[in-house]
Amino acid sequence: MEKYYGWGLPIDISTHGYGIDRIIHIMHAAMALLFIGWFVFLIYVLFRFRARKHPVAIHDVKHFKFPTIVEVGVAVFEAILLAAFSFPIWVHLHDQLPSKEKALEVRVVAEQFAWNIHYPGRDGVFGRTDAKMMDAANPLGLDKADPAAADDVTTINQMHVPVDKPILAHLSAKDVIHSFYLPVMRIKQDAVPGQSIPVWFQAKATGDFEIACAQLCGLGHYRMKGYFVVDTPDKFDAWFLENEPKLLK
Amino acid sequence: MSEHASHDLPFWRKYIFSTDHKVIGIQYLITGLLFLLFGFILMLILRWQLAYPGQPLPFIGHLFPESQMIGGIMLPEFYYQLGAMHGTIMVFLGVVPVAVGGFGNFVMPLQIGAPDMAFPKLNMMSYWLYFIGAVIMIASFFVPGGAAQSGWTSYPPLSNIASVGQTFWLVGMAFMINSSLLGSINFITTIIQLRAPGLTFNRLPFFVWAQFVTSFLLLLAFPPLMAASVMQLMDRVAHTSFFMPTGLVVNGALSSVSGGGSPLLWQHLFWFLAHPEVYVLILPAMGIVGEIIACNTRKPLYGYKALVYSVIYIGVLSFVVWAHHMFLTGMGTTMSAFFQVTTMIISIPSVVILTTFVLSLWGGSIRFSVPMLFALAFLPMFGVGGLTGLPLGLATADIHLHDTYYVIGHFHYVVAPGTLFALFAGVYYWFPKATGRMMSDKLGRIHFFLSFIFMNGIFLPMFIMGLAGVSRRLYDPTQFAHNLSTQPLNVVMSISAWLLGLSQIPFIINFFGSIFRGKKVDNNPWKATTLEWTAPSPPPHGNFATEPHVHRGPYEYSVPGAKQDFIPQSAPEGAR
Ligand code: HEM
Ligand SMILES: [Cu+2]
Ligand SMILES: [Cu+2]
Repeated sequence: MEKYYGWGLPIDISTHGYGIDRIIHIMHAAMALLFIGWFVFLIYVLFRFRARKHPVAIHDVKHFKFPTIVEVGVAVFEAILLAAFSFPIWVHLHDQLPSKEKALEVRVVAEQFAWNIHYPGRDGVFGRTDAKMMDAANPLGLDKADPAAADDVTTINQMHVPVDKPILAHLSAKDVIHSFYLPVMRIKQDAVPGQSIPVWFQAKATGDFEIACAQLCGLGHYRMKGYFVVDTPDKFDAWFLENEPKLLK
Repeated sequence: MSEHASHDLPFWRKYIFSTDHKVIGIQYLITGLLFLLFGFILMLILRWQLAYPGQPLPFIGHLFPESQMIGGIMLPEFYYQLGAMHGTIMVFLGVVPVAVGGFGNFVMPLQIGAPDMAFPKLNMMSYWLYFIGAVIMIASFFVPGGAAQSGWTSYPPLSNIASVGQTFWLVGMAFMINSSLLGSINFITTIIQLRAPGLTFNRLPFFVWAQFVTSFLLLLAFPPLMAASVMQLMDRVAHTSFFMPTGLVVNGALSSVSGGGSPLLWQHLFWFLAHPEVYVLILPAMGIVGEIIACNTRKPLYGYKALVYSVIYIGVLSFVVWAHHMFLTGMGTTMSAFFQVTTMIISIPSVVILTTFVLSLWGGSIRFSVPMLFALAFLPMFGVGGLTGLPLGLATADIHLHDTYYVIGHFHYVVAPGTLFALFAGVYYWFPKATGRMMSDKLGRIHFFLSFIFMNGIFLPMFIMGLAGVSRRLYDPTQFAHNLSTQPLNVVMSISAWLLGLSQIPFIINFFGSIFRGKKVDNNPWKATTLEWTAPSPPPHGNFATEPHVHRGPYEYSVPGAKQDFIPQSAPEGAR
């Protein structure tokens, strides 16, 4: 685990995370530059104009032009950052969802304090679910009478995905707001009851990671942990077969 | 206006149910400071659990009832009460009452040369509404299930299904909101109507401008939260479902609410208040800092006009940035682009204000008095807080940083070493006006340097933790692998917090001690120009013996050829 998480950003195994990390780095470099320059100036002024060395203040100081340059500079910099770095990633994540043929689709249904994962199975169609059928044995309320549900795989706190394949997850919540957080995937997205929110990502490395909840959802929020396993396609298929409903085998 | 004869009023009318703005200001200030201390102590307790999760709290742990700690080990129930109530108390019961109710009430009428507020009885009512609201908030700790525990943001559906403490929270908030509304109307009317002759708007001290804009923010932002609070209250007690969607399954049981509501509606209404609210926390602080910098550099504030325009501009724009708190609620590209742009734009006037304050130091004759030390420290601290807001305002960076300790670090730099330092500066600065005595310089310096070190010891590590991905509001951070490497920082932060607590002892001694023992001073110990310093210290009921007339701008320091290095605003024309 130590190799994934240190003192800086967690490792990034997603295809889009590079853009997010880059904007964080650029922003912090610019902030450091601005702050240090400004702070050195502050200390210099305090030192130079201390009452002991400078007993009489100047009533009318000349107008400074430099700050205007800095302010315009900051504005232009922010505009570039938005247009060239921030907007494109947002569009990529929200408007360029992978097609259903190419992606592995899953439903992620959050509840106090667990992650229910719903795979559509071989037919690629999610079985019907109904809140009235939800109980401890069937937390997703999957309607067993629906033919599309027969091959569906459901797990609790176990999300397995294949590497190098787009994953399209539909997030929802049964009770309160949760937030689906995959630190190594640079994914964080609220799961809001009454809404289904799509989120997609693609892993470029395998490993055992975590799903965390990032939105206060009750007393167990701090332990609302899931396992997020990125496998090679072979291993993923094997895992999937193992978990398929018995009837199909 | 108010009756000027105060001598024959009985004690309780003079000091408790008073209509005098100065008494009300001091009531607000002291109540607010006590709540800041209380909210801070809640955090000192909570920080034990973050530094040493699951270990019994030494010495005092066994004093807590079983509903809060068992064998000294904090329960999650109590942890989340501490978190939610700390946020609520600090913002609504601490900083706003001190900054607006305290300093605004005490200083503003004096600075504009008014005998009192425009509506003294309304003023008294504001304070007592605040007081009742505060009592309800505190009482909620003792109801079954304890106080509110859904965060100071109270997001439904979680808050809708929480224990009865949340109902207390909502009712308490309703009192606080109405208190602020009455106050803001009073401030606006007073500033427009009761300025002394000659005190035009472009001669107003910067502090008054800051209070003026703040009042508009309160007036326009609070009503939506009032509506939202009533809706949440109805959801809880009358089983409406403004914020409850259809088909909720809570604890394995299908919820019986009729449904059809939207949890996100609350977030929009809440942040429509709460974003302007952060400017309510910061603008009065900037006002205080401006006054103190002008006086302690012995020169006019550089760029007074730019400052005033920036403050107005911030005020207006603060109403169109609220959804930057909601980037991750499923927001589409257009909306997110809009709120990213407005958020970047609102950062510019803050840059202008900070730069202007620093340039104001140029050419000054800088006196490092205790108020000035705090005011100077405000500048870089607010700088850090403001800058770290930028990555959060970029929706893509926010994907990683949202709801992590980075956010906590960001807004605490704004409100703790930022606003709190400005409030301390204000206390040291106006104390002689309120009491006729000075606070101790030596204790003040000790208080300053220790607070400065430990504030940074608490909040700087939060950025590192946030970048590492550590979420906020975690009862036990060690549950997640990605939190482990930075966990030692939690120990550093907690120890800093406890030492920061100890560092407030010199202030407490100084504050109460100086009321009785402080060195007696004349009416204008700092040699300042604004009108409050021409009134006696402490000012009598009605403030000024004769109505002051204003002849010049607020900061005529070091005018060439003048015989003193300051000319009061009310000194007659041609005075040198
Ligand atoms: C100076 C001493 C202070 C310390 C040591 C402190 C510490 C903290 C910490 C550690 C948290 C995070 C708690 C968690 O993860 O659950 C927090 C949350 C918060 N603090 Fe402070 N804080 C201080 C001052 C302030 C001030 C002056 C304000 C506001 C004016 C404030 C407003 C808040 C708010 C709104 C939250 C979020 C609460 C929530 O999660 O609902 N704090 N504080
Ligand atoms: Cu959660
Ligand atoms: Cu905001």
